[in-house]
Amino acid sequence: MSVRHALLALLSQGPAYATRLRLDLQQRTGELWELNIGQVYTTLQRLERDGLVREDEQGGDARYFALTATGRDELDRWLRTPPPLDTPPRDELVIKVLVAVDVPGVDVADVVLAHRQQVVEAMQAFTRIKASADSEDVALAIMVDAELFRLEGILRWLAAAEVRLQARPPALAPAIAGDSAHHPEVVR
Amino acid sequence: MNAMLELHGVTKVYGEGAAQVTALQDIDLTVRVGELVAVMGPSGSGKSTLLTIAGSLEEPTSGSVVVAGRALAGMAYDQQARLRRTAIGYVFQDFNLLPGLTAVENVAIPLELDGMPARRAYAVAQEALAGLGLAERGQHFPDDLSGGERQRVAIARAVVGDRRLVLADEPSGALDSVNGESIMRLLAGIAAQGAAVVLVTHDAKLAAWADRVLFLHDGRLSNRVATPAGVETLLEPDAP
Repeated sequence: MSVRHALLALLSQGPAYATRLRLDLQQRTGELWELNIGQVYTTLQRLERDGLVREDEQGGDARYFALTATGRDELDRWLRTPPPLDTPPRDELVIKVLVAVDVPGVDVADVVLAHRQQVVEAMQAFTRIKASADSEDVALAIMVDAELFRLEGILRWLAAAEVRLQARPPALAPAIAGDSAHHPEVVR
Repeated sequence: MNAMLELHGVTKVYGEGAAQVTALQDIDLTVRVGELVAVMGPSGSGKSTLLTIAGSLEEPTSGSVVVAGRALAGMAYDQQARLRRTAIGYVFQDFNLLPGLTAVENVAIPLELDGMPARRAYAVAQEALAGLGLAERGQHFPDDLSGGERQRVAIARAVVGDRRLVLADEPSGALDSVNGESIMRLLAGIAAQGAAVVLVTHDAKLAAWADRVLFLHDGRLSNRVATPAGVETLLEPDAP
């Protein structure tokens, strides 16, 4: 998530000052997103330079910022633009599991299970955040769901890897972790 | 008494000779009062067998099962049946409500079977329904309820009469993930109120509600157990 666009989204509800924006941002992200006030100020200055926000007159003592028409257009454009959906070129977990197949003395099933355990533990921690939050807090639930579904995807991949490793004929074992360039469908 | 369910060296073998299948092998498991424990495993891993043995619906080939401090082995059949009605509640994937009975009648059944007069059983059942947000739905038949409501009725039936061991087999069934989550909220709440809840599932999003997640493979429990990570670990960009 981009801090720039998160700030534009918050300002779409009306002018606000930097410390208020920082608090709102942390609340909306279940306080998982640690931002210092300096980051918020720097980002606001850049948004102002680019004409996406302007200083609001109503401020008084605090410096209020407001969304400009250009900022509003940019927010609408960003909300509907898909983020890159391709996977990173090298997924470290994929590589660890593939490499483990070939390391003497390493039980690859236990490597897979160790990762499953850790992913489940992260899912438990996210679920605790959701469980302890106000059930009306839709924004938080949506954000936590995104993490849970992402982690669940990793877990399902690990479970599938486990089944494949169990079913593999022993003679094929070295081929699985051989030169990964021959397996572009597995390692990208 | 802290432990609500104890399995000691439980093994279950089906069939004989060449057709013999070991569904569970040497399972040790203790679930304490107030605890929600999830058992994850692929289909065929022995999850459901674990639950039916824990609930005294099936006997282990060897090993012992202790529920609420009482060993099931050696208990007479009617004693076991009584223990099932008074201490153990089941929540099934497909709800298993009786279609010809209203919601409140479905929930009242275990109480009536246990000898409670019908009027009082209905009052207790209605209270259990109200506790799960179904106060207005007691007179509806299962067909008139949504999937999420049906499963809440089934949960009311599982806990009614102060039963303290709740066994749930894929309790979110075909519910969508948001309805599945509300089922888990209820089960977590039931555990927090002093029950022991055991959930078997292949769905990690459900299992993540548990205090402990165990992994079952080919009838064996792994010695790796997942407990919630600290929130600080979630802030690292590449936790897994």
